[in-house]
Amino acid sequence: MNLRLTKYYYGDIPEEKTGGGTAASSSNTEAGWPLWEVFIRSKQGLDHKHVGSLQAADAQMAIENARDVYTRRSEGISIWVVESKHIHASNPDDAGAFYEPANDKVYRHPTFYDLPDELKHM
Amino acid sequence: MSVQELEQLFQAKVDQEIKIEPKDWMPDAYRKTLVRQISQHAHSEIVGMLPEGNWISRAPTLKRKAILLAKVQDEAGHGLYLYSAVETLGTTRNQTIEDLHSGKAKYSSIFNYPTLTWADIGAVGWLVDGAAILNQVMLCRTSYGPYARAMVRICKEESFHQRQGFDILLQLSQGTPEQKAMCQDAINRWWWPSLMMFGPKDGESTHSDQSMTWKIKRKSNDELRQQFVDMIVEQAKILHMTLPDPELKWNEARGHYDFGEIDWVEFWNVVKGNGPCNKERLQARRDAWEEGAWVREAAAAHAAKRKDRQAQQVA
Repeated sequence: MNLRLTKYYYGDIPEEKTGGGTAASSSNTEAGWPLWEVFIRSKQGLDHKHVGSLQAADAQMAIENARDVYTRRSEGISIWVVESKHIHASNPDDAGAFYEPANDKVYRHPTFYDLPDELKHM
Repeated sequence: MSVQELEQLFQAKVDQEIKIEPKDWMPDAYRKTLVRQISQHAHSEIVGMLPEGNWISRAPTLKRKAILLAKVQDEAGHGLYLYSAVETLGTTRNQTIEDLHSGKAKYSSIFNYPTLTWADIGAVGWLVDGAAILNQVMLCRTSYGPYARAMVRICKEESFHQRQGFDILLQLSQGTPEQKAMCQDAINRWWWPSLMMFGPKDGESTHSDQSMTWKIKRKSNDELRQQFVDMIVEQAKILHMTLPDPELKWNEARGHYDFGEIDWVEFWNVVKGNGPCNKERLQARRDAWEEGAWVREAAAAHAAKRKDRQAQQVA
């Protein structure tokens, strides 16, 4: 692939135009905190919904950070956090075959059944 | 499947407005462009806290102080949403931050200008956040899912930022002659740097526009800049303030305001590190990182201790 990205957009200054500071910092040597996925219930009666992720040393800190980051405007009444490494996901490359069994079962949908118009409350 | 076929599939998804998600196949250059752009955006949020933080302790009233604190806290949150989005592309947080500290990664040049008076906080909210919002509203529809979702969240919070800025200027514009002069002075200093936020002119490149094809971006720099000028000129009338551009005038034929030429020498100078505050900003970030090292270590030690204690209780 031979792409030349020569058009610079807002917030996208190319690296070759760099200048200024060159001092190296040693930040990369320390071990980072684990990543956590955050789920929030916005109000009683609704599901917890994935809202994003953050880093924290442990679960309690993750919950406190999630409160500060994701609920500053009363967006939630309950928070779940789970370490990202514990999330297992289906493979998007296999999506076709994986979900195929449902595709030919249109009779699972109520609209499959053509019933008389006189029939009420169904 | 060959790379060419994968690329065709990828582009077909983008063309159909299907979002690209972290585990989906994507061209290397797409990933690289996103890492650069989102991390620059994240750094801009974090560095952007510095010029405003400068005025937290000197805000004129308790109300203004509380509002400014909340705004700066929002910026930290926005940085975090974006750092998380970068992480989904397979780059570590530490590497991203390291690239800022080493000078490799950029952030928006606007934050290399100083906030000299209280009116500057108003001008930053009105003009700088106003310019950022136009870009961010567009990015809510960007093709990469995690970036788009971060932008939706940010846009929800950002409109308060612009309104509080305008509110500061509105009050100054109705104040004493000194306050009015302070308001006009801040607008004069922030107007051109705000226009520069949209980046170089479209005409500077004749190459095909990859970010547009990939739908990372959906509007050109000049389109967004024009949108900004048209919007701000009208809003400035409410403040009874002027914008420092003698060439600014309504063009009936175009249906837009014409405006003068940006000083591109200044633009590239600031990008290259020679703006009024480049060194100070970067040093402040490095210091914050280094002086915060003990906090990160202590938190890790505390977490380990708490884990041990819980294990003992179970046993």
